[in-house]
Amino acid sequence: MASDASAYGKPLPLMRGYTKEFYDFCKKRELRFQRCSQCGAWRHTPRPMCGECQSLQWKWEKVAGKGKVYTWTVTFQPLYPQFKAEVPYAGVIVELDEGPRMVSWVTGIDPMQLKADMPVEVWFDDVTPEVTIPKFRPVAC
Amino acid sequence: MAGSLKDQTCIVGIGESKYSRGTPFSDLELGLQASMSAIEDAGLKPRDIDAIVIPGGFGTTAGDYAACFGIEDLRFTASLEEMGGAMTVCAVETAAMALVSGVANYVLIPFVARWYSGMKAREGTSNEASRIPAAIAVRDFYMPYGMGAPPQYYSWMCQRHMLEFGTTHEHLGTIAVTMRRHAQLHPNAVMRDRPMSLDDYMNSRWVTYPYHLLDCCLETDGAAAVIVTTPERARDLKARPVYVAGIASGHPYPAHEIPNRRDMFTIGLTHAAPRAFAMAGVTPQDLDFAEIYDCFTFQTLQQIEEMGLCKRGEGGPFVMGGRIEVGGEMPINTHGGLLSQAHVCAMNHIVEAVCQLRHDADLRQVKDAQLGAVCAWGGHGHGSIAVLRR
Repeated sequence: MASDASAYGKPLPLMRGYTKEFYDFCKKRELRFQRCSQCGAWRHTPRPMCGECQSLQWKWEKVAGKGKVYTWTVTFQPLYPQFKAEVPYAGVIVELDEGPRMVSWVTGIDPMQLKADMPVEVWFDDVTPEVTIPKFRPVAC
Repeated sequence: MAGSLKDQTCIVGIGESKYSRGTPFSDLELGLQASMSAIEDAGLKPRDIDAIVIPGGFGTTAGDYAACFGIEDLRFTASLEEMGGAMTVCAVETAAMALVSGVANYVLIPFVARWYSGMKAREGTSNEASRIPAAIAVRDFYMPYGMGAPPQYYSWMCQRHMLEFGTTHEHLGTIAVTMRRHAQLHPNAVMRDRPMSLDDYMNSRWVTYPYHLLDCCLETDGAAAVIVTTPERARDLKARPVYVAGIASGHPYPAHEIPNRRDMFTIGLTHAAPRAFAMAGVTPQDLDFAEIYDCFTFQTLQQIEEMGLCKRGEGGPFVMGGRIEVGGEMPINTHGGLLSQAHVCAMNHIVEAVCQLRHDADLRQVKDAQLGAVCAWGGHGHGSIAVLRR
């Protein structure tokens, strides 16, 4: 864990509104997504209204944190200098068992060994005192 | 068809600056070079222009052009930032609507791009101040993982296509090599005199797997412009008019969120293409050529499928065997495209389609070309398509 945000040196979400709520749950070791209270549809990234039924009623609902690899890309060229030490790294789209998909990293594996539908589970990386980033790791099947 | 834009407008002027990596000219100077060239090509005077659609992007405004051209009564302007790179073909649609409704008579569409000497796309995609529409989602939910560059989020789609349909790097490389071959035939192509083989493609470094360097478009500086008017006015002008037979735009859903789409292949073009072909009263198979926004090799293949040249999943085999070369059954990007001519967000594709339909394309000419399409792509999958006829 970096001692402060400047030592961490990588892009952070702007901690306000729905974004802050999402990441504040991560700090408490909870992965939650918006879920419509009327029709039950999940949604991500956050928005105020359900695209399925137009309800404004929703809750941050907790998911179990288990899912599988949907697709990915392995970045070799440091397109962003802040990630120069991390290349090659994979930006993975993880599909949670409950349905919503999110962008993340799958750690603890050579990124070129990623496979479609590989089972993964969430872990929480406290990258700064304020911000916790959800990441994933492979689970043995 | 009530309300149809079919054959009610035509492109009567085209112009381009020199395309290069680095330029001594300002945005406005580049835009003026392309615009004056288009105005002269049409046989108009600058003051004849009464509407300017700025697709968006770099630093010029309609007011800048109007001040230079002495247009004291500019009747209409619009800007189409929401479309991302698909703003260019969408600008032709906007021009057509302004013309058919009688709001304007001669619409100038100038577009300037400084991908080489200005801000890189990947630097703007997560910057709210860039006004790139998906910037907030990218900043808050992709960039913490170092994922904000177009080749990164587009290659998610490519990888998924490879998994579902068996698309290969040989398929993608064939697109890259064909664009490069076409660029050898164009005097204003940045990659002219730099031929490339499939081995060169396969051996180029990974930018972000499954994209090699040579799967990615160029970052260049330059400008292109077109002028659109009505067929009645076109009769009095210098150049042979090219008719806008069908035109439409469309959006992916949700527009700014690739990961949570039902599938990764339904894009704006999926919705727009049937509308444009129905308006024109033709099918994709009737086309003599297509100019497709080739920001990356797979996005070209994806648009080949979604515009209806072949079924979804069959784009890989479709591009093989010389089919998409000049002289083949369906030539694609006869000027070299964004991959090998220059990146002006497909304004160069519109210019090339007009050249082809005027039969002015010299060594690149598709024999007896009567009907062509231009597809543009933007943001996280917005699309626009023009079906043009001689």
